[in-house]
Amino acid sequence: MSILAVSNLAAGYGAIGVLRDVGFDIAQGEILGILGHNGMGKSTLLKALSGAILPSAGAILFAGADIAQEPPHRRARRGLGYVPQGRQIFPGLTVRENMAFAARASGAPLVIVDEMIARFPRLQPIVDRAGGVLSGGEQQILALARCLCAKPSLILLDEPTEGIQPSIRDEIVETLLTLRRELGLSILLVEQNLKFMTDLADRVLHMEKGRLAFAAPPEAAA
Amino acid sequence: MDYAIIVLLQVVVTIANLALISAGLAVIFGMMRIINMAHGEFLMLGGYAALVSHQAGLNLWLSIFVVAPLVVGLVGAVIERLVIRRLYGRMIDTMLATWGVSLALVGLITVIFGNTVAGVSPPLGSLEIGAYAIGRYELLVAGVSALLFAAGWWVLARTPVGLIARAAMQNRDMAAALGVDPARVYAATFVTGAAISGLAGALIAPIAGVAPTIGAAYIAKTFITVISGGAAILAGTLSAAGLLGAVNAAFSFLTGPVLGEVALLACAVLLLRLLPQGVTGRFFRRSL
Repeated sequence: MSILAVSNLAAGYGAIGVLRDVGFDIAQGEILGILGHNGMGKSTLLKALSGAILPSAGAILFAGADIAQEPPHRRARRGLGYVPQGRQIFPGLTVRENMAFAARASGAPLVIVDEMIARFPRLQPIVDRAGGVLSGGEQQILALARCLCAKPSLILLDEPTEGIQPSIRDEIVETLLTLRRELGLSILLVEQNLKFMTDLADRVLHMEKGRLAFAAPPEAAA
Repeated sequence: MDYAIIVLLQVVVTIANLALISAGLAVIFGMMRIINMAHGEFLMLGGYAALVSHQAGLNLWLSIFVVAPLVVGLVGAVIERLVIRRLYGRMIDTMLATWGVSLALVGLITVIFGNTVAGVSPPLGSLEIGAYAIGRYELLVAGVSALLFAAGWWVLARTPVGLIARAAMQNRDMAAALGVDPARVYAATFVTGAAISGLAGALIAPIAGVAPTIGAAYIAKTFITVISGGAAILAGTLSAAGLLGAVNAAFSFLTGPVLGEVALLACAVLLLRLLPQGVTGRFFRRSL
């Protein structure tokens, strides 16, 4: 059963169209990767799915409901998680506060913050540090842990390995695979790191000039 | 010795008053980046709300602590819904729009109450220290100001509402992507700022009186205080009010109130020349 079904999606910025006739679906527990060069529309696709920009046409069915015209906060409360490019950590909040905010905002119990800190041991010694002073890798882990504190059923991950060291990359792969196995988490992953993609994705779609060009198993994409 | 105590108390009262009348503006500007040109009129409305309800027979304390913040909070809710909500993220437009609101409120109140000064005597009498005296009500207002800032710190630092407000202030889009409706947070912030201004206006009405144009007397001082404070809403407003209020009070004692105001403005110019990001741009950076 699909947790996300996208059909005929078109979106862009003002009069500038970026996505055209995009359609795909993601099954419960599936990790779908989207590959493509810079400027092909990968991040725009995730923004349209998260609600950061509203599509000009098409349908986005999430858990059976059409969310195409819903604002971002409603989509988040339905269980759609988003980890944007650049992490977007709240710089003046501590690590724990960043995560507590996500739990509060989504109505999840606060105990999930401690659960996530336990899942990401790298966060344990820095829970009281401000988000703005963390390294890129620490911020990436925090962004992911924060997203998970909202108990999403699908995560949109935009370039999670950008600017982080290999050991953190491996830690993220490990944790995401564990969460998929334990919770049936689905992931839509936009990435240019082929190793990360092949380690994680069940299936890969290739994006060119705002359209999904072809699908391939991860090994073929590599 | 008695004189020194009185001077010290007067300095404390001046600082507290400056912080109090700036608090609502600090909330709205600091959290929403909205330059609310109607801030002085929110103070004025608070004064009138307390005065009218007291003259209608309501207890003075209820008029000040309940009616004034409620009335001005309600006015703030209407203005946010009709004007501000459509202009979020457009600083110049919100400045012009709230300037228009300011002029409209002055005109409306002038039509209703006339262009005269009204007031009520400060209650509680005076506290005598040797040959000198200071109004007990002024000391109460200083205490309320301190309590207000302490409560503001507690809400922002220790409650879920404060956490959500701080996050939405730092990154509105990410807060929305995690499940918070930023429009509701901003509306609540604007109403809270308006209600605080209403309370401040009501508290100072027995000391300063109230007139339709009295907002103009406050707006410059409050803006200077908030801007001089820098990014941290509470620590910035308090530190700037402390510095500017102390200079104002000291020069007022030495030379009279007019030169006291001049000294306050000169101090603010010097402060912003030396610390363009305000006091909390250099000191207390991690404060709220």
